[in-house]
Formats: sequence, C-alpha cells, structure tokens
Amino acid sequence: MEIYFDHSSTTYVRPEVTRAMSKYLEDEFGNPGSFHYKGLKAKQALNSAREKIAGIIGCDVDEIIFTGGGTESCNLAIKGLAKSKKKGHIITSSIEHHAVTDTCDYLERHEGFDVTYVGVDKEGIVNVDEIRKAIREDTILISVMYANNEIGTIQPIEEISKIAKEKNILFYTDACQASGSLDIDVRNIGVDMMTLNASKIYGPKGVGLLYVRKGIRLVPLIHGGGQEKNRRSGTENVPGIIGFAEALELAQAEKDVESARLKEIRDYLIKRVTDDISECWLNGHVEKRLANNVNITFLNIEGEAIILLLNEHEIYVSSGSACTSKTLDPSHVIVAMGMPYEAAHGSIRFTLGKRNSKEEVDKLMEVLPEIIEKLRGISPVHLKAEEIK
Amino acid sequence: MIEVKGTVHPDVKAKVDAKSWFYTDEVRDHFFNPKNILKTEKEASDYDAVSDGVGEVGSPACGDMMKIWIKVDSDSDKIKECKWQTFGCASAIASTSIMSEMVIENSGMTIDQALALKPHDIVERLHGLPARKFHCSVLGDKALQAAINNYFFKSDQKDRMIISKGAEIVDKILKITDKDIEEAVLEGAHDFEAVQKKTKVGVQDKTCIPRVKELIEFYKDKYYG
Repeated sequence: MEIYFDHSSTTYVRPEVTRAMSKYLEDEFGNPGSFHYKGLKAKQALNSAREKIAGIIGCDVDEIIFTGGGTESCNLAIKGLAKSKKKGHIITSSIEHHAVTDTCDYLERHEGFDVTYVGVDKEGIVNVDEIRKAIREDTILISVMYANNEIGTIQPIEEISKIAKEKNILFYTDACQASGSLDIDVRNIGVDMMTLNASKIYGPKGVGLLYVRKGIRLVPLIHGGGQEKNRRSGTENVPGIIGFAEALELAQAEKDVESARLKEIRDYLIKRVTDDISECWLNGHVEKRLANNVNITFLNIEGEAIILLLNEHEIYVSSGSACTSKTLDPSHVIVAMGMPYEAAHGSIRFTLGKRNSKEEVDKLMEVLPEIIEKLRGISPVHLKAEEIK
Repeated sequence: MIEVKGTVHPDVKAKVDAKSWFYTDEVRDHFFNPKNILKTEKEASDYDAVSDGVGEVGSPACGDMMKIWIKVDSDSDKIKECKWQTFGCASAIASTSIMSEMVIENSGMTIDQALALKPHDIVERLHGLPARKFHCSVLGDKALQAAINNYFFKSDQKDRMIISKGAEIVDKILKITDKDIEEAVLEGAHDFEAVQKKTKVGVQDKTCIPRVKELIEFYKDKYYG
C-alpha cells in the first residue's frame, strides 16, 4: 500500500472536482472569447467560478486574475508591480518559495531594484521589527508568504499588513500553502495582493490566481488576446478554473474539521518520531504551523538516502537536502533559521492530506527507525543534537 | 505510461528516462547492498585498530563525507582490503561501494594503480550518474588517496607520500584541487558561482576563494582564450 506524505508538493484531484471539470473538457469546451453559444456557455461557467472564488476570498470579481499556477502568480505580482513602478526597493523574507526569491533576485540583478531579505527567528517566524526597520522612502512592496512550504510556519500576515498600511506600502502574500486551512478572506488579513493555487487543495495542476486590489497597476507578463482584462492573455483554462473554484469552496467549507483531524495525526507523527528516534528534532514552530506539516532533521545522515529507502516501502516524503535540489544547495529555509548546513541535509518533510490516517503513521514507524539506524550505522559522522542546535 | 512507437530521434527523447529509477541499476544495487562497508560505529572503530591506513574527505556541512580504511600487503604493494563509511546521498554511497570493489578485485590493485584511479573510472562502472551529482558525490578516489598517504606515513615510506596526485589542494576541507577546478571550467562553469555550484569549492573553506577565482581565469584563458 502506498503512503503519500507529500501533499505540500501536490495533492490528488478529489472526485468532486474531477466531476465538476469533466463537463467542460468534453462537452462545454468552448472558448469564452468566442462570439457564439458554445463560447458563451464557457464564459458563463468561467464567470460563475470567478464569482464563487470572489465570494470566498472577499473581493470583487475584477480583482481576480487567473494564471497558470502559483509560480506565475508570484511572478506577475512582483515583476508586474516592479515594472509599473520602474524602480524602487522591495522587502521580502529569507524563507520565501523560489518563485518569490528568484523573481526578486532577477529584479535586483537585471532591473536595478534593491531587495532586502529580512530574517526569521530560530522557529522560522519572520521578524516583524526587521521589516519595519527595512522600510525606506522608495519601498514599493513587501512580499511575505502566508505559510511556509517546507517547515509549515504561519507568518504574522495581519501584523505585517498593518505596518504596510501605516507606511502606505503595498503588501503581497504568497498563500499557496495556506488556502486549505487558513483564513484567506482578504478583508480580514488586509493584503493588497495574494496568490492561491489549485494543485495544493485537491484541484488540478496548472491553475492559480492572483488577487490584486482595485487601483493597483501591474504590467502584464504575457501579452496577446487581452484576456483577464488585459492583465494575463491566453485562452482561459476553463475546466481548470472550474475545478479550482470547486476545490477552494470544498477546502474552505471543510477547513475547521479537516484541520483538527490533520493536527491530531500531525502531532501523533511528531511524537512517534521524536520519541522513538534519537538525535532528531522538529523544525519550525510547534503551534504556529500548518495542520499538515511535519519537518524533522535526522542528524548525521543525508535526506536523499532516507527518501529513497522510504520509497522502497512506497512511502513518499521530501527533503531539504542539497542532493534533492536542482542547485545542490541545501534548504535555504532551514539555513535561514540559523541551523547549520548539517541540519538542512538531514531534514525530511512529511505533509499530510485528506486520505492519511494514524494507521499510516504506525506503518511509517515500522520502517523509519530501522532506516535511520542503518544509515547512521554506515555514516562516519557522529554529532549530537545538543552540540549542533 | 505513454508509450512512444517506433524509433525516437535522440534530440526528441527525454533526457531523463524515468522508466525505472532515478539512478542506473548499478547505483541501485550498490546503494541497497553496499559492499565492503563497515555497518556500525563499533565495526568502524574495531577495524580502525587493525587497518594500515585511513583517509577522510568532505564534511557533513557539505552534504557528503566519506572515510576509507585500507589493508596493504607490503610484499606485493597491493591493497587487500578496502572498507568504508559514508554520509551522503545514494550516489555517494554507491560510488564508494563500487570503488571499494574495484580496488580489491583480481587480488587487489597495486598502490600505484589505486593512486591512478579517477572519478571517471568509478562513474563508468556505475554506468553513469546524473551530471550534477558527479563532482560532489564521487569523492571516494580522494579519500582512498588520503588513506594511502596515511599508510605511507604509518609504514615509514614518507618519501612516497603524495599531495593529491601532483595537484594543488585549494579547498582544504573538501580537498578540492586545481584539477577539479580545471574540469569544472571545461564542463562549462565559467565564473566562481558556477564552479562552486559544481564542486562546492569554498563553501566551507572560504580562504581559498581568491585562489579559485584566479584558477578559473587561468583555465578560461587556457581553453577559451
């Protein structure tokens, strides 16, 4: 039996979503831009999906731009705004997803923008004072994620948005990991721009959105047919957007019950692992963390080897190890918390989902201690947790 | 899985063939069933007492570290046993394992043969590794060389001790030599960042960075002028 503990990478598409989408793949396949009934039907479906999502996140339908996913939305928010301002200073955190950090890095290297990366504390929470201090006359944007994808920490978004408002600076949040379990009503959290995507909440891959508060001008990244009010050209992904709306509606409706259920499994997993295995610890904040995220460093061994040995048991997890990243750099998130590289290489992320159960945690624990022991046995490194933390 | 019918032109074939596993069968075999390995800390310390030489390269901060122990037959100058331990990913474990086999097979390599062993020889026996894994995970030859040097030292053959196959060690922690920098430049890394990405030079031993930059310029001039 497969055990999938990698839901922050992506989720399966839930059957309700597949059902909602299928009509728009085979039957109502029209192009919303077409001047005939077939197109009109697609347009109507697109509009009602947009209305549904606008209702959930508490915004106007015109404030939603559908995109090809979370990464595109992050690019559109940051590059689109930067291009409209032409120059200036951006504040972001040191634990953002690469979709944000690499975009900021690009603007710094090639477009003459200044970027300040504010740090996090040892539990992975962004330092709000540091943000306040980093603000300059020419600061155009603060970009801080809602919840971290690796260590699951939930950031003080409302506090940051207060500071941003005080100083009259735009605030953008990448909420890709938050949409399944946190409050994403923009009136409550007070953000000016926000990214959501479908593939983390049991919706299809390749669909995301950017909420942009009225009055904010973005220069589009993709030019063409003028869809999404000229802000994102290209034929709308109608079935994807329908599926996204369905997935978001279900996720938000179920979030309290499902979060409580996931937290129980999460805390059980943390307890089992840290009780049964020595020289390991939980990364991130104990309480201010996503209901489905467990990130643990196993000292003296390397994450890729753990993944591949678990993989043999059809248990699927991910790692902040350098070996599993394309750049061969270990997790910038673990390192940003002040952890040494040794701790990043041995970090394993377990992210839970709807189909997971405590029984699966028990199955994991039938093999994990043995795998860790085997790899530690053949490792020439014998550090202790207290000397490294 | 989507089946492609007929012959596929190499240019349109996916570079990573994900049909079976992330690595070749040889890597897989050696990762799951490593040969000549010291399985526990105790085995390692017991063997340490009876081995003729021990060498170590890398560090846990860099994500790869290996330690190699050898026993040498002084009459024939051949390596009779080659044991090891590794902190690292699957390719690090597999490459050290296969190297240990190469060293002792056919009644063992002579010291000179062992010193001539190159990362490429090891990777060839593994039927290839992903390009990005090459530099960081194939460190076995360097650890073996360190073990041989240690054997020379302990057996009073100090005249035979070699500094990294005649190369200059630039990164003292990772034991990265000018030859490694040369190879990285030849593989298309043309600035410090790119060379560091390939070799991890200077990640720990920051003192070597100016020298590495010099070397990159030198090899760029030499090969691309």
